[in-house]
Amino acid sequence: MNSSVIVFPGSNCDRDVAVALTKLQFRNKMVWHKETSLPKSDLIVIPGGFSYGDYLRSGAIAGKSNILNEVIKAAKDGCLVLGICNGFQILTETGLLKGVLLRNKNLKFLGKDVNIKVVNTENRFCNKYDKNQILKLNIAHNEGNYFTNKEHLKELEDKNLIPFKYCDENGKIDETNNPNGSLNNIAGIFNDKKNILGLMPHPERMVDHGISNKDGVNLFTSLLN
Amino acid sequence: MKITNTIVEKHGLKIEEYSKIKELLGREPNFLELGVFSAMWNEHCSYKSSRIHLKNLPTTGRQVIQGPGENAGVIDIGDDDAIIFKMESHNHPSYIEPYQGAATGVGGILRDVFTMGARPIALLNSIHFGSPDHSKTKALLNGVVSGIGGYGNCIGIPTVAGETKFNSTYNENILVNAMAVGHAKKDKIFYSKAKGLNKSVVYVGSKTGRDGIHGASMASAEFDENSDDKKPTVQVGDPFTEKLLMEACLELMQGSSIISIQDMGAAGLTSSSVEMASKGDLGIELDLDKVPCREENMTPYEMMLSESQERMLIILEDGKEKEAKKIFEKWDLDFVVIGSTTDTNNLTLKFKGQIIGEIPIDALASKAPVYDRKWTKTKLPKKMTQIKELKKTNLEDALLKIISSPNQSNKSWITNQFDQMVMTDTMQKSGSDAAIIRIHKKEKAIAVTVDSSSNYCKAHPITGGKQIVCENWRNLISVGAKPIAITNCLNFGNPENPQVMGEFVECLLGIKEACEFLDYPVVSGNVSLYNGTNKKSIHPTPVIGGVGLIVNFENKINQYLKKDGNTIIQIGKNFGHLSQSIFLEVIHSIIDGPPPEINLSNEKNNGLAVLKLINDKLVSSVHDISSGGLLVTLAEMTFKSDFGVKINKPKNLSNLMEYYFSEDQGRYLLEIQPNNLNIVSKFLNENNIFYTTIGTVQSDYFEVTGELKIKINDLCKINNTWYNNY
Repeated sequence: MNSSVIVFPGSNCDRDVAVALTKLQFRNKMVWHKETSLPKSDLIVIPGGFSYGDYLRSGAIAGKSNILNEVIKAAKDGCLVLGICNGFQILTETGLLKGVLLRNKNLKFLGKDVNIKVVNTENRFCNKYDKNQILKLNIAHNEGNYFTNKEHLKELEDKNLIPFKYCDENGKIDETNNPNGSLNNIAGIFNDKKNILGLMPHPERMVDHGISNKDGVNLFTSLLN
Repeated sequence: MKITNTIVEKHGLKIEEYSKIKELLGREPNFLELGVFSAMWNEHCSYKSSRIHLKNLPTTGRQVIQGPGENAGVIDIGDDDAIIFKMESHNHPSYIEPYQGAATGVGGILRDVFTMGARPIALLNSIHFGSPDHSKTKALLNGVVSGIGGYGNCIGIPTVAGETKFNSTYNENILVNAMAVGHAKKDKIFYSKAKGLNKSVVYVGSKTGRDGIHGASMASAEFDENSDDKKPTVQVGDPFTEKLLMEACLELMQGSSIISIQDMGAAGLTSSSVEMASKGDLGIELDLDKVPCREENMTPYEMMLSESQERMLIILEDGKEKEAKKIFEKWDLDFVVIGSTTDTNNLTLKFKGQIIGEIPIDALASKAPVYDRKWTKTKLPKKMTQIKELKKTNLEDALLKIISSPNQSNKSWITNQFDQMVMTDTMQKSGSDAAIIRIHKKEKAIAVTVDSSSNYCKAHPITGGKQIVCENWRNLISVGAKPIAITNCLNFGNPENPQVMGEFVECLLGIKEACEFLDYPVVSGNVSLYNGTNKKSIHPTPVIGGVGLIVNFENKINQYLKKDGNTIIQIGKNFGHLSQSIFLEVIHSIIDGPPPEINLSNEKNNGLAVLKLINDKLVSSVHDISSGGLLVTLAEMTFKSDFGVKINKPKNLSNLMEYYFSEDQGRYLLEIQPNNLNIVSKFLNENNIFYTTIGTVQSDYFEVTGELKIKINDLCKINNTWYNNY
């Protein structure tokens, strides 16, 4: 499978996700934000970091960059798109995903491992996970507090467009196990067609036992199925 | 402008120093030249009070590629890999403006490391605040922690280890020390020494603004009641620009365009240009009309003294400008040739077609004042006699009170504000004896840690100096690393006070002795003097940052208990030394007597024996015994583990408190599987290493037979409360 990782000035998880993709048998290319065309890609990854310093609003300036036009076109044609952390913020800025990511409820940067429940597995990104499997993934963000309107939230729930929710180690989903204040403990969402996934946790940090665990592996290998 | 004594003093220079300037120039300096002198001759840049003592430190060794004197120290970790690292203080700015002060401290130390060709792979910090009850402490803690995180998280370098301490000695002068560690290829290390005539001097990075003017002079004076007025001297950081600058520099460094490169840190354009010229025994000419400025109508004086962040000076090989410029343009950064190297050995400053300042380089650098200041010895305090309160102490109450005290509490409130995982090579995060970072795509890893013990150093500087080196060394051993070299950040009070100067000299003597004995050279460092307010100096607080190597990361180890039924042994002797201990301070409010004695020979033998046992895979977990003593160390081994311990009550010691809370040095706790016990004890006996059995690992409970029994979950909760309630 061919993957492309978009690199903005200020991206800082670009190398990490490229390492994970290559390790998991993707043929990966890095794409500089000033490019005006994409290499042949089955998967486009928008990595974490502080694109353009997160000035104005996280993801706001990256959302207007050259290459994003191409990403939007490809996404509308059904190409798989994965936005991680700052990548998720950028996807909401472009409108490819609805809703916004607000400042964490405690107003502080959060860098820690959290429990995540895989609540929907019938999609391209999660088919190798078990339904209701509990993962331990790392989060590292200032603005991960997902918010949207009531109608959209209902749609997300009704159409199974929420693959990941924050939970405790036994899978209990409640406010005490919600690190950043996200509505319904949302850690990640799909678009309607489920070809675009945005999530705050970093699956690319969880592919190596020497560093952490391998709970992120299946997110990438599901795509190879 | 006529230069009066008041103007001279406002520049932080003494009248005698001004006379020396006139003598070196053979005339009166103009206002610009005076500014340049003040920037170079202040304590922060010239090391005038510390230099004669620093040169006694051991700085060479088999694995040292570059010792002090460059932007950072460089060590060899085998194959073609080098590690480049340094620690620096940003104390004064952080007290005035905690977020920006701490953030730019991180930014500055990162530049020191990537200037030399290294990609930074880890950040550490040592931060000291006043008493938690002091009105400013909470705001300072908040600001400093978010500033450190704000910079490191954004640029994408993991902040992996550190220490945070509270002590009323820092009420009016906090300490913020940041350390950066980078990885480079041995044949791609860049230095600041200029070479060759008429070479282009290039300015890259951010534009120059009016921030931080006289920052280095501010950092070389004590605070007074008007310190808040110094806010404009604090620099403002932009980690995003630094990220671009770092990527651009590292990209340029892959080619062969650079002759020398120097970051603009303290004293900005002045010190970077003088440093490069001085090392290369050349002159340098700068055309200040070309300096990219952020604000209108900036004067040459402001340009030369600004400490705007994220800027570099590069001397390029002939004909490489176009190629280099392309890289900086890709990263949207300024790239301007602002001058050239000359054979005049002068710093020549031009503005609007005229020479507006001309100073011999050696007058600014090698001929800067050096002082052999008066200093007095600190006597070893008398041993404390019978402490009658000990008999009345309840063991359980004491343990719980200590592990929930500010200095011993779990610090995840702080570390959760740092990205510890970005770059995905962090094998062990903060909270252990040392953090472990894998060398990207290799089987080896480095271990890093920072340590200080200001109470010990205050009580007896020589012993304190030795102790911090030993503790740092021990922390690296405890994760399975072979200690290689250190950097230091020497935070002291006013050197014009003989007692304070004595603390500096004697701490350094202690550091020297320990480093020599342990073959643990100092490869870089920083001195921060004048820490204090209105003549009241802080406790002497040297901070040591150590780097060790784990040749195969399969051999790394941590402090967390692994399996019930395993035996816990203590390496090293417990003499019951309670003076200057956490126990006496927290439980009985006594800070008195001598610090624990350091026996370097035991220290080395014990450490090397533990390292051998780790490498032979005969131990399941290791933790060194430091502040808090045996019981606190054992408690820390249970915190992130699923297991507790059952501790045997000692038979011979007269006082239980001395046994459980003494801070005797050179000790480790080792967890050993039953089937390895024989071979371990045989090895220890053969090598004359003193050890005793302490207890066994068990499920669920932390227990001292007949004294206390606490659920480990409860212990962990108690350890976690302080920060969250502060």
